Amino acid sequence: MPTASPAVEIDGLVMAYGDKVAVDGLSLEVTRGSVTAVLGPNGAGKTTTLETCEGYRVPQRGTVRVLGLDPQRDRAALLPRIGVMLQAGGAWSGVRAVEMLEHMASLHAHPLDTRMLVERLGLGDCGRTPYRRLSGGQKQRLGLAIALVGRPELVFVDEPTAGMDPQARRTTWELLEEIRADGVTVVLTTHHMDEAEQLADRIHIIDRGRVITSGTPAELTRGGRSATIRLVVNRPFPEGAPESLRAELGPETEVRQLDEVSMLIHGPADSTTLGRVSRWCEEHGVLPQTLNLGQRTLEDVFLELTGRELAS
Amino acid sequence: MSPHTFAPAPGGASLRRMVLAQSRMEARLMLRNGEQLLLAIVIPVIVLVGGVAAAGRIGIDLDGHRAVDILTPGVLALAVMSTAFTSVAISTGFERRYGVIKLLGASPLPRHGLLLGKVLALLNVVALQLVVLVVVGLLLGWEPTPAAPARTVLGVVLAVALGTAAFAALGLFVAGALRAEATLALANLVYLLLMAGGGVVLPASTYGAASTVIQWLPSGALGEAMRTALVDAGVDGRSLLVLAAWAALGTLLTARTFRWE
Repeated sequence: MPTASPAVEIDGLVMAYGDKVAVDGLSLEVTRGSVTAVLGPNGAGKTTTLETCEGYRVPQRGTVRVLGLDPQRDRAALLPRIGVMLQAGGAWSGVRAVEMLEHMASLHAHPLDTRMLVERLGLGDCGRTPYRRLSGGQKQRLGLAIALVGRPELVFVDEPTAGMDPQARRTTWELLEEIRADGVTVVLTTHHMDEAEQLADRIHIIDRGRVITSGTPAELTRGGRSATIRLVVNRPFPEGAPESLRAELGPETEVRQLDEVSMLIHGPADSTTLGRVSRWCEEHGVLPQTLNLGQRTLEDVFLELTGRELAS
Repeated sequence: MSPHTFAPAPGGASLRRMVLAQSRMEARLMLRNGEQLLLAIVIPVIVLVGGVAAAGRIGIDLDGHRAVDILTPGVLALAVMSTAFTSVAISTGFERRYGVIKLLGASPLPRHGLLLGKVLALLNVVALQLVVLVVVGLLLGWEPTPAAPARTVLGVVLAVALGTAAFAALGLFVAGALRAEATLALANLVYLLLMAGGGVVLPASTYGAASTVIQWLPSGALGEAMRTALVDAGVDGRSLLVLAAWAALGTLLTARTFRWE
């Protein structure tokens, strides 16, 4: 088997619904055996991208290859090799949880032991409950079990822990880490930064249908030469403060006022910058209450790149 | 926990196994659903028992035949119509709505496997309905014509097969074109209208002037074909052709308009 080719290769994907562009020239690669997180706010194009990989949607422009196959043309060859967890639904309203899982298992040649999956995902208590009466978290866990039951090479999980309590969330993360250790490639979408940081080998941050940055969690948060300085002062900034501060700090710096007493300064991570900020405050009659060179989070990365908050 | 529990070993089951699993699942869900069971068994039994009890008093002209001998074939036709049309439309409509068809669309089960599974489930449920209704009919004193058993069996098999095909194709057309709620409403409405005025339970001839139109309806054609087989030991070629035409029309419409999601 040619393991050298990437598990997923998307090149210049464009998808539009009517005149609304959902995916706008998106390109990314997923290495085999890795956990890759596609992180972005709601409506960024995550689900549309996943559904194109899963063969539900025909790319309008660009190419998509999954396990080296075309999800449209090679559908019959591809589908048995992938596992899919939908964002919602997927079961008859009257079907019992375990019955649904066993049915999906019976469509595969070498399914996992469904009892083991039921136990691992804590579905034992609701095994005979009709799907319509399962809680949101139970539906999610059943959906994950369904994605895994056929022993796929590659699983696509769309918002795997949405609606789960913290306990179920941890169990799910452990399970996803274990399947990666066993050689399964995982592609997950999420808008939770902690989920991406915890699980992913590689993160693609997408916004408005494009990948705006990619890297390992460490690469993305290390911040390279620059960093984000968070400044909070004791009284409202004077008029035109961001422009005046930026003039003080130089053209490589970006300054963004968050509210009347706080700003984010993105610039060179050195003591010169901090010194200048401090002097500027003195000159403008405000006293810094917080002036820190932050450990970047993915939230900062997103904020810097888009000027918007990621949190849903 | 043993190591490498999740080590990939992908592959679909054989088509035969998948289709059988799918048909068992669908038949089980159909029989578990109270409303569908009402439609499949309870209403036809009530129509049969009630019809036989009432016929004596009202005195509908049945060309000298006993009521039970005319009504039983009609109720068998009604049972086929209820499952092939109404149940198929409603269950498929909600499968689209709940994303069942979407999820199965990413499984190894191909679309034609899903369709085969549906047909098989449908035939199983129809067979079960016919057994129950035949037993009820016999208990009420039904005596199918003994004239030519081979022709009777041939006529019944063709009528059930073509009737199922015609109604299932029309049911899938409705389910694939409308939203689930609209499908639910329309499928029940059409069922009630055809049961009352579609020549399915009672012979088309009892509807007077409307009878010519009714013979061309799938309900009338199925009812007539069943009665011809079971009352007159005949194969009603014209009604069977009408059913075949409806099946072709329904298949064409479904193929043109059906949306899996």
